[in-house]
Parts: sequence; C-alpha cells; structure tokens
Amino acid sequence: MSELSELYQEVILDHNKSPRNFHKLKGANRKAEGYNPLCGDKVTVYVKLNGDVIQEISFEGSGCAISKASASMMTDSLKGKTTAEAEALFDRVHKMLTGELDPKVYSDKLGKLTVLSGVCNFPARVKCASLSWHTLHTALKGEGGVASTE
Amino acid sequence: MKPAHEATAPQGWGSGWSSLDVARIREDFPILKQRIHGKPLVYLDNAATSQKPQVVIDAVTRYYATENSNIHRGIHFLSERATADYEEGRAKARRFLNASDVREIVFVRGATEGINLVAQSYGRRFLKAGDEVLISAMEHHSNIVPWQMLCEQTGARLRVIPMNHDGELLLDAYEQLLNERTKFVSVAHVSNALGTVNPVNRLVEMAHRRDIPVLLDGAQAAPHMKIDVRELGCDFYVFSGHKLFGPTGIGILYGKEKYLEAMPPYQGGGDMISLVTFEKTHYNVLPYKFEAGTPHIAGGIGLGAAVDYLSGVGLEAVAAYERELLAYATQALSGIKGLRIIGTAKEKASVLSFVLEGIHPHDIGTVLDQEGVAIRAGHHCAMPVMQRFGVPATARASFAFYNTKEEVDILVRAVYKVLKVFG
Repeated sequence: MSELSELYQEVILDHNKSPRNFHKLKGANRKAEGYNPLCGDKVTVYVKLNGDVIQEISFEGSGCAISKASASMMTDSLKGKTTAEAEALFDRVHKMLTGELDPKVYSDKLGKLTVLSGVCNFPARVKCASLSWHTLHTALKGEGGVASTE
Repeated sequence: MKPAHEATAPQGWGSGWSSLDVARIREDFPILKQRIHGKPLVYLDNAATSQKPQVVIDAVTRYYATENSNIHRGIHFLSERATADYEEGRAKARRFLNASDVREIVFVRGATEGINLVAQSYGRRFLKAGDEVLISAMEHHSNIVPWQMLCEQTGARLRVIPMNHDGELLLDAYEQLLNERTKFVSVAHVSNALGTVNPVNRLVEMAHRRDIPVLLDGAQAAPHMKIDVRELGCDFYVFSGHKLFGPTGIGILYGKEKYLEAMPPYQGGGDMISLVTFEKTHYNVLPYKFEAGTPHIAGGIGLGAAVDYLSGVGLEAVAAYERELLAYATQALSGIKGLRIIGTAKEKASVLSFVLEGIHPHDIGTVLDQEGVAIRAGHHCAMPVMQRFGVPATARASFAFYNTKEEVDILVRAVYKVLKVFG
C-alpha cells in the first residue's frame, strides 16, 4: 500500500464523508473549542460527564479529512469510558501519530484508531489528527478554554 | 556559461508564447532538478518563497568564503570589500525600483519588517487618537497587525477598503473612506491570496489629493512586474528578497527622503549613530539611521545578485510570460467540475487560489505533494480574505517565470487524482 492510500484509508474517507456524533450535544456539561492556527481548522467538542464517565460525546467544526475522521472516531471510541481511560488513550494515540508507538503492538488498546497510524509518515498532518484530542483534553479539564495545536 | 537571459531564440515548447527561454532559465535553478517522492518537482509555491538561481547562491557563498568581515568600520581590506559589495547591493536595489537616491533604500529583514518600521517610526511620531489608517480587505496579516498595534498605542482607528466578489477593491468606497482624519494608507500592490493587481496609481493619486502618504506592500508584485516607485508616486514601497529569488532575511524599504528624514530611528544600536555620549546620541544619516546593528551582509549581496538576475531576464518578458501561464492555468483548472477559483479580478498576477467542493485544501495539498507538486494550502496569512469568501482555507498555486505549461498540466492531472481519492 502506498503512503497515500495508507493515509487515506477507506475507514477515514468514510468518517470524513459521514462523521459520527457530528452535532451539538444537549445537556453537555463540558465543552471546549480547538483551533489549528496553521490551517484554520476549528472543532468544538461536547461531553456529557456522569461522575467521571463519558456518557455522551459529540463534535462540530470544519477541517480536513484527517481532522474530521479523527474527531469522529474519537467520539465513537470514548462513549462509556472514564476520563482516566480517555486520557490514557489520548496519550497512546498521540504516540502512534508521531511514530513513537507501534500500532500493531497496541492494536488491542487502540482498536480501530490504528487506521490513523499512516499519519506518522506525514509530519505536517499530525496536528490535524490530534486537534480533536487536544480539544477533548481541554474540555475534560473543565476550564472551558480554547485548545490549540501550537 | 552564458546566463540564460542572453540566449536568443526561444526553443522547443510553448511556441507562440512570449519569447522567454524557460528551458534554459530552469538550468539556472539547481533545486528544480530534484525529484520529490520519485516524481519531478513541480514548484508552484512561489508566493510563499521563490527558488534561487545559482548566481545568488554563488554570491552568498563568495562573500562567506572570500570576504567575510564586518562593514562600515574595518580599516582592513576585507571589510572594505564587504562594505563595497553590500552597498553595491543597495545601489542595485535603487536601480531596480528606480528610486532617485540610495538614501531612500533601507535594508530590512523583509516586507514585514519594512511595514513595522513605518508603522512604529512614522506612525508613532505623526498619528494621534482619532486619526485613521486605511488598509484594504485583501491584506496579508503583515499589513494588518502592525497597524492594529499602532492603533492600540495611539488611539488611532483602522479602517478597511472593501472589495467585491471578484477580489477587486471598491474605489467609490475608498473615495468615501478618505477624509480629513485619514493620516495613512497602506495597501498591497498584489494580493498574496487572490492574485489581484490593485490599481495602485489611482489609489496613490486619490490619497495624495488629500496629502495622505501611501505605503505599497510589493511583496507579491516586485518579483513579477517592473516597479518604478517614481512612476507609482507612492511614499513607501516594501518587498522581500526571498520572494524575489534572493536570500531569506533581507528585504527593502523604499521611502521618500522627506518622510525618512522626518522619522525617528526604529531601533537603536551600532551603525545607526554618528556620535554617542551618555547625555545624547546623534543619529547617522539616511539610510543608516534605520539600520541598527550588523546587518545581513550576505543577504544584501545576494539580493543585489537576485535583482541583477531578474533584470537580466527582463521584467517585461517575465510579466508577459506569466500572464500567459496564469491564463492557461486558469482555463485548465476552470474545466474541473466542483473546482471554484477564489480571486477572479480582471487584473491578476501569478496567483491561482482555488477550492474543491467537499475537499479540504489540506487534503488537496497532501495528494498533490505525493505527485511532486508543491502548492500552499491554508489561509495564506490572510484570514479576513478567507472570511470574506466564506472558506476556511484555499489551495494556492503560484507561478514564477521558471514554471511551464507542462507543469500546469501535471497540476491539473494531480487535481484529478485528488478527486479520485475523495470521489
């Protein structure tokens, strides 16, 4: 598989075309905006926390296929997880995106998020893929701030 | 070897096009021989920075290899030679802009620093609360933020000349914006995001009727057309060396002597003084008053080589050739379904911004890069322009005289590949 088709796998193109949980979230008690000043990508992540469990999660915004698919898959994989589990997954995803972690070794922990591993061959796109995760991190801290990839 | 511009008959490809021997010219740019991801490099990001001909690379190397020393102070051979070469760079820049005197040619780091210098030096001295600074809706951030900073410092107000949906400034609105409070006008000669060539002669003339000084940001104009500051009549003109086939970190601020004389120094330090005591400092004469510290000597020498090279190729020929190339590319891209060109002014230069329906410019950029095609994808440091056209970003192909029709064809094929990937 070429680097390009590894980056733009079917799953990613599908999430880009029909993003999951792509809406405002009624009853959200956590929210943050994320922004990539380099390319103008914007995302808002909404979370409904019940105790420390992510009961519901959604997002809105505009961005490239990678940032949109990454946000979509993030919301898909975090429903029902605790905030600690979410932060641990963010850490692994970030390491996978920057090529510090072999997705094959951690495939059971990363699940279908491994389709994003092709991003590590495109350093300029790492920020696209990690924007929604940075934003989630800010939302979970509950300070209502703006996350930036910088 | 004879430099390319001395070659006579145009050869081979592009018959019927302007008589620029592009095949020969490309030989002058070593980087263009590279392959990227196994494909020939198609460099269409010239509005971001341009490539360097061997003569520029050689001039910089020669300085460091044979005459490196500080200027304007050494009583030794190398320093005298370096000083002469650096000042020769200034003299070449003066000729290039047709300024009347080298005292009007200030070396700066680039267009951005030139604008900051004028905003901080002229602006802080002569503007006060209630005054107005006029810029346009298509400015690069470098011609917005320095004026916003000045307005915050002085209480002056920033006002914006609007544009139509083709990316052309509305002259009637400009006329109405000019009033007794307007104390400065600063506009792009050519828009980096849209390619619009602004009617700068008229803009200057209308401002001058009210004695308002005008700065033209020539970063995207000077590499593509003949600039004559006296014919333009502008009071300040800035451009960057690196967009003009010269080194990074060097650029030119042209300013009319009467303004530069009246302006206080921008930075303090060595070289910009004539006499220093702890009680008082006497500033140096123009242009040195604005050049504190050891400058980018190699850059000034390299910029001199670049303007010589560009003048040798001939800016009339460059402009004519690029006009044909842009027309060809505009037509070729217009034929692609779902592609929308952003910036459709009647007068354009070098820049072709576009969006593809449903596909983000970043994704376009990545796929094109895999085909060896380098473009810019993003907001082009012109976020207000993106907002005006209702897009988060655009893909931008920007041309130089070493680009070819064949490269445009490769760009078009690569755009079709984007459509295939995201189809």
